[in-house]
Amino acid sequence: MLLSRRTLLLAPPAAGLAARTAAAAGPMKVGFVYVSPIGDAGWSFQHELGRRAVDAALGSAVKTVYVENVEEGADAERVIRKLASDGNELIFATSFGYMNPTLKVAQQFPKIRFEHATGYKRAANVATYSARFYEGRYVAGMIAARMSKTGIMGDVAAFPIPEVVQGINAFTLGARSVNPKAQVKVVWTSSWFDPGKERAAADVLIAQGADVITHHTDSTAIAQVGEEKGVFTVAYNSDMAKYGPKTCLTAVTHVWGDYYVGRVKAAMAGTWTSGDTWGGFKDGMVKLAPYNAAVPDAVRQEAAAKIAQIADGSLKPFQGPIMDQSGKPKVAAGAAMSDKEIAEMKWFVEGVQGKI
Amino acid sequence: MHDAAMLLAVLVATLRAATPLVLAGLGELVAERAGVLNLGLEGMMLVGAVTGFIAAVATGNLAWGLLAAMLAGAAMAAAFAFLTLGLRANQVATGLALTIFGVGFSALVGNSYQSQPIQGLATTLFPELSTAGPLLQQVLLIDPLVWLSLVAPVLVHRFLYRSRAGLILRAVGESHDVAHAFGYHVIRIRVLATLFGGAMSGLAGAYLSLAYTPMWTENMVAGRGWIALALVVFSTWKPGWLVVGAWLFGFVTIAGFQAEALGLSVSPQLLATLPYLSTIIVLVLISRDRVRLKLNAPAALGKPFNPAA
Repeated sequence: MLLSRRTLLLAPPAAGLAARTAAAAGPMKVGFVYVSPIGDAGWSFQHELGRRAVDAALGSAVKTVYVENVEEGADAERVIRKLASDGNELIFATSFGYMNPTLKVAQQFPKIRFEHATGYKRAANVATYSARFYEGRYVAGMIAARMSKTGIMGDVAAFPIPEVVQGINAFTLGARSVNPKAQVKVVWTSSWFDPGKERAAADVLIAQGADVITHHTDSTAIAQVGEEKGVFTVAYNSDMAKYGPKTCLTAVTHVWGDYYVGRVKAAMAGTWTSGDTWGGFKDGMVKLAPYNAAVPDAVRQEAAAKIAQIADGSLKPFQGPIMDQSGKPKVAAGAAMSDKEIAEMKWFVEGVQGKI
Repeated sequence: MHDAAMLLAVLVATLRAATPLVLAGLGELVAERAGVLNLGLEGMMLVGAVTGFIAAVATGNLAWGLLAAMLAGAAMAAAFAFLTLGLRANQVATGLALTIFGVGFSALVGNSYQSQPIQGLATTLFPELSTAGPLLQQVLLIDPLVWLSLVAPVLVHRFLYRSRAGLILRAVGESHDVAHAFGYHVIRIRVLATLFGGAMSGLAGAYLSLAYTPMWTENMVAGRGWIALALVVFSTWKPGWLVVGAWLFGFVTIAGFQAEALGLSVSPQLLATLPYLSTIIVLVLISRDRVRLKLNAPAALGKPFNPAA
């Protein structure tokens, strides 16, 4: 009896990450961990849309669960371990600060596959993924410059980390690709989420002549201020058209659904492998939200063309010549920045008014 | 002309940023003057913000929203008063619990309201706003609650120092036993002061959700309750200094944004610390006289009153 039970337990292939076995019959369980409440817009909301896409695409073949508002750190480790021991076979940890907790739990559960968003540490059963948000920013900057009368745009940003700096630089480069004199004023709020502060920052930028405002923060405050004051905005994370029906031009949004569906399918088929995915327009991971009625047809077509060029690789947002703020050449004409250089970006391009 | 407009913009933005701090701080100041230390400001502001928002959406009338917010804040304060003044629970622990409760409760009831866009106070009162010139816009954006934040400190000051009721309230905060011996109803006075504090916190929350950033999102108060609480102590329980502290805090924040937007080369980390740093320094300078601080601090602050003793 004991022997046969042991044989039974040994029966599934020892190679943990091979195809699913009889032991895992029934729907495949997939877990998601979110850093903030799902809410109605924002970073975690976009991941939740991805989870819903998995449900929609795979129906009864999967059973997805999520835990929201999980603080980075010790709490995250507890939640991820709980999901692992609950029989989830694939776990998406969707915030940068989950990196070490995810790796730690992954070590203890070698048969479970983990996916960590925006991180850089991997293991045999831990893959990483992120999106080239800056591609969307580049096109958004171009649209903003086309809609701006003053040529001055404002950016309300949270913290000067590379991901945010990339966005500001790409927005500026996009703007200057159609208006070489365009200026982007940067104001830091030192908080990912403080609607009041974001509002005050936008007020200041508008008072200083900025007539298109974008942001890299998690609330919908910017779209609302724009609507109140009749100033155009470009939203981030999620479509915020309903907060700025007359003024929110578009939004740079993250779309995780296709990636999640693909990864879950791969895990089901046993073809899942660890690695790093950094997708952009080409992979459908970054999209621009539907344009506001205020955006003229010519600009829409121009944007569509740029998106197509970025997707097929003929246009790279960080292609030389690029100068830094002081006008010193940083990337030579004809050269383009490598992924590593982009990922570590800590300087502003010419046209940005602000300090890191 | 351009400079004048810019200066005006900074001043107006300062007043607006300071409004929730002034309103919530004044309420807490009155409560503390009566000897009640309520650390639940953040929670009361959040519940006020969400209740005001829901009421405004449901009735389509912002005035009802503001009223509901004040009632909600007062209801939270009533729970606090019942526990600390009625059952003599520890005020610090109860206040913290009130904040934790407020954070969770507001998130729960506000969950389905997160997506609702709403017209804010300024645009409702002045619908022609978005077509007005920038200068006019700035002035018009001073909504009634900002005006209230200018008038309320004067009224509170007059009440505390120029009225008999204020004198009694301060007496209760100084020594409840003596006040009791004089025949004043200590508990009733403290309950009323606590309720006032709750209503003001609720109003401050509603200012955020109905006027400053007309929307509801979880945790949108973002720590302002704690700042208001600190301002009360640093202002040595004086309404005038409280307002100065709130304005200073707002001004340094706005001026920092202004400097960044102008392209001045200042470290963003330093600018982010400056509002806290400068407010602390100024208010510490105000209160550096230990004797005066001791004279101003309500002596019975946070102490339970036991009439039988």
